[in-house]
Amino acid sequence: MPEVVLSAQNLVKHYPIRKGVLKRTVGQVKAVDGVTFDLHKGETLGIVGESGCGKSTLGRLLMRLEAPTSGTVAFQGEDWSGASGREMRRLRRNIQIVFQDPYTSLNPRMTVGDIVGEPFEIHPDVVPKGGRRKRVQDLLDLVGLNPEHINRYPHQFSGGQRQRIGIARGIALNPSVLICDEPVSALDVSVQAQVVNLMEKLQDELGLAYVFIAHDLSVVRHISDRVGVMYLGRMAELGEEDEVYSRPTHPYTQALLSAVPVPDPTLRGKREQIVLVGDVPSPANPPSGCRFHTRCWKAQDICSTEEPQLVLRPDGHGEHLSACHFAEAREVVQTVDVSDREPDTRFSTLDVGDIPGLDTGPDGVVEEHSDLLHDDTARPPRDTTRLVDEEPEGPRAR
Amino acid sequence: MTEAAVTEAPEATSRGENPVDAGPPRSLAGDAWRAMRRNPLFWISSVMILVFVLMATFPSLFTSTDPTEAILQESRALPGQGTWFGRDIQGYDIYARCIYGARASILVGLFTTIGTVAVGGTIGIIAGYAGGIVDTLLSRLGDIFFAIPLLLGAIIFLVSLPATNNYLFIVLKVVGALVVLGWPSLARLMRSSVIQVKPNDYVQAARALGASPFRIVRAHILPNAVAPMIVVATINLGAYISAEATLSFLGIGLQSPAISWGIDISRAIVGLRTTPHMLFFPSLFLSLAVLAFIMLGDAVRDALDPKNR
Amino acid sequence: MTTDTTTRPKGSEVTYTPQDGLLLEVEDLHVEFHTPDGVANAINGISFSLHQGECLAILGESGSGKSVTAQAIMGILDMPPAVIPQGHIRYCGQDLLTMDPEQRRKTRGPEVSMIFQDALSSLNPVFPVGWQIAEMFRVHRGMNKSDALQQAVALMERVQIPGARDRVKAYPHQFSGGMRQRIMIAVAIALDPAVLIADEPTTALDVTVQAQIMALLQELQEERQMGLILITHDLGVVADVADRIAVMYAGRLVEKADVADLYAAPAHPYTRGLLESIPRLDQKGQKLSAIGGLPPNLMRIPPGCPFNPRCRMAQDVCRRDLPLLREVAPGRLSACHFAEEVINA
Repeated sequence: MPEVVLSAQNLVKHYPIRKGVLKRTVGQVKAVDGVTFDLHKGETLGIVGESGCGKSTLGRLLMRLEAPTSGTVAFQGEDWSGASGREMRRLRRNIQIVFQDPYTSLNPRMTVGDIVGEPFEIHPDVVPKGGRRKRVQDLLDLVGLNPEHINRYPHQFSGGQRQRIGIARGIALNPSVLICDEPVSALDVSVQAQVVNLMEKLQDELGLAYVFIAHDLSVVRHISDRVGVMYLGRMAELGEEDEVYSRPTHPYTQALLSAVPVPDPTLRGKREQIVLVGDVPSPANPPSGCRFHTRCWKAQDICSTEEPQLVLRPDGHGEHLSACHFAEAREVVQTVDVSDREPDTRFSTLDVGDIPGLDTGPDGVVEEHSDLLHDDTARPPRDTTRLVDEEPEGPRAR
Repeated sequence: MTEAAVTEAPEATSRGENPVDAGPPRSLAGDAWRAMRRNPLFWISSVMILVFVLMATFPSLFTSTDPTEAILQESRALPGQGTWFGRDIQGYDIYARCIYGARASILVGLFTTIGTVAVGGTIGIIAGYAGGIVDTLLSRLGDIFFAIPLLLGAIIFLVSLPATNNYLFIVLKVVGALVVLGWPSLARLMRSSVIQVKPNDYVQAARALGASPFRIVRAHILPNAVAPMIVVATINLGAYISAEATLSFLGIGLQSPAISWGIDISRAIVGLRTTPHMLFFPSLFLSLAVLAFIMLGDAVRDALDPKNR
Repeated sequence: MTTDTTTRPKGSEVTYTPQDGLLLEVEDLHVEFHTPDGVANAINGISFSLHQGECLAILGESGSGKSVTAQAIMGILDMPPAVIPQGHIRYCGQDLLTMDPEQRRKTRGPEVSMIFQDALSSLNPVFPVGWQIAEMFRVHRGMNKSDALQQAVALMERVQIPGARDRVKAYPHQFSGGMRQRIMIAVAIALDPAVLIADEPTTALDVTVQAQIMALLQELQEERQMGLILITHDLGVVADVADRIAVMYAGRLVEKADVADLYAAPAHPYTRGLLESIPRLDQKGQKLSAIGGLPPNLMRIPPGCPFNPRCRMAQDVCRRDLPLLREVAPGRLSACHFAEEVINA
């Protein structure tokens, strides 16, 4: 197995709930509550889960945008949770992030050249001053954008193109790890595939390791080598893509997989549907023992008293990590191996470039549609309500 | 989401160019400027402001009469009797005094705006960006000044400073009073827009790249948070002009021999019923000046935030 | 249902009776948005019909006009800037577009009803949810307060809100996203509409909740024999629930078919491309291929077929002539010059 580039050990993030005039801490929102995993060189680790499971917080902890309450993040064996300012800057070169929303992740008042070139301004020793413009243009070219568009502003690009700009900024410093927080969920279906293919190409060419955080289980299956399923701040199951999707042993994973609609009407009514009762409990007051026991059909007395550990448990073929006392493989999705099937290139393309000239107005500029006409694209679920009475302080509480 | 608001307008600026070739870069500021150019309100207010600024800098362009030349025998002369606007109780030419009065108003308005923007803006940015205890302290400090009634505070402030005959010093005294009492509103505004901009992902991305706080504020937060303050500062400029007139009217702002619309209005009160023209013309100039800045502020707001149209 | 006049609102003498189960007929509908920067052609002549008990999915990406279609049918477009220069929307034979505004208003709720993507912003935050459901009964049926509240509780129980009786006085923010969506469904079906339009009803929800909501919608549709128009971008959801599907692109219908046929053999290159570009949960080793480019700007829709700049099959004729929606196989409509080639590909 290739070397470990990023390693999270027992990562915890609790947000205090403050109430009253004196802002006394009356409780904790346990956004991330003990997550451990390793990320290997050049691999993609998918993190899935529903809203409120802590997957985005996990991404911010890995990126060190927030300090963990406890636990460590180590890059190539070097713990950077206690790093000094200088060390931190150096380490930041190795881990970069791509955000979900292509509309808020680029500064609207900077040109594309300034946005993609900003990493070199902050780390001036990476590329000498004279070569920066060239390097930025190379980066734009690499992500399939027209390098001549270097002087344009973000609002002159479409959502998919903006996401490419965000990726270009992310890879500018040649990081080993790219944390992708829902990078395609704000994009239209037809554009989503372009960006996913681009990310796969970049991974092959640059040897990047991805932590791919998303709520869309289909996209995660497509892009990931290994997958972690999160529930209420904890990892429920973690294993190879095939292990988690074809032989899930945790009931939550099974329920999640069974709920995903498959674009094939011939499967209608033939697929096993596991309907979960109720809502996800509040992360401020997670259930005792196994956090899933309140909604689990397999729950026994032990589940409410004893927390199941994330350990290797047999899945029929071999074994992979699962946090269930009664872990048992169950095939929820019948998987077809289509790796030998080539898509019909008469209708679509495997090319990752942003095909120029197709989508442009008379001045070569992609114009956003007027807001009036802009249907909302799929935004990932955002369930703000559960925290309404106990909203965590800090930047997450937007 | 101001960026979304501005992208709303697809503009075919350069029809017929090679579609693949790089089109013109269009910055948000450029878009705002283009929108503003189309707004008649902008042009009307700009021309008015230009005229007032010319009056303030080169009053001799508008009149050759000395505003301090008192012809007492023609005291209270009506408009048309030898002068355009008539003469006031001292026999001064009202037209000339209106022209020369612009200087005090423009100076006070401009300096006060610069001062409040500098003080309020800086404190607002620090409070909004730092958050926590710094924010609490600065916000409470602002509240204390905010709670002082403008007139009361200005009176105390101006009276406590030594009297002087130096024109610039008199003006700066008034400016000082208005800045001390006026900065909290801009600080509040700046703080709230910084808080709005701060959680944006591009700020997080800069943090992730290891950018220093100074860089984040300068490159990412300030350019995106400054728009509301520009609008309010422009409108406030008009308000400060009228505040100067009020203070001068009460005799605690500028004082003779300085020339100010407020002083003239105050002196005209005696003839309110018999010779209202003495009151009318300085008041008209004052109103027009205030109106011009408020209109400009509206035009700027429309340009910066097309959704408000 | 629709013939049950006794429960209809006071003062509404009009009764609507579907002919042969035909509820809604949209014919050659056009919608334009007149903005300061020009005219955006949001919908450019679409026609479809909806029968009792049928679920029609309108599939499209952002800017395709699918939501505008829903809003036009509901009559909730902001006019201006929207203009409907031509077309008909017939409900039980009566054209909603030429109807007296007061009469049309009275169709909203008892006849045609709608649920939206964002339940939080669609419910009024300052009133209890029970009150909001009960309001429908009070306003449209003239019920008194306590009766209306009784009905509201019953309805909340029907949409499977646990502890409905205790939560009737709770406010929207006290519910989770899924529960709010259930409340919105309760409001929408309160007056027994014949047509229910669901605009991306599950897009903002988590996948497990999404499954619950879609199941509830299907159940209610079956129970009440409603005509359901499901507006979505999600090919997976469509495959699970829809009977027929209409694919929209740049304000036009490019393909219309029964769901099974369409997924088995799409008859339009756009549909085909979409199906190729979605990752599937049940496949591994899948090669994802994408449709290049972007949908056109609605102010500058290209001449000929609107899809031609992105279409890899496009010929000169596609850049010149607009292909009309035509029957290319029994029950299959496609707006492509080369539909036969696509369907057999």
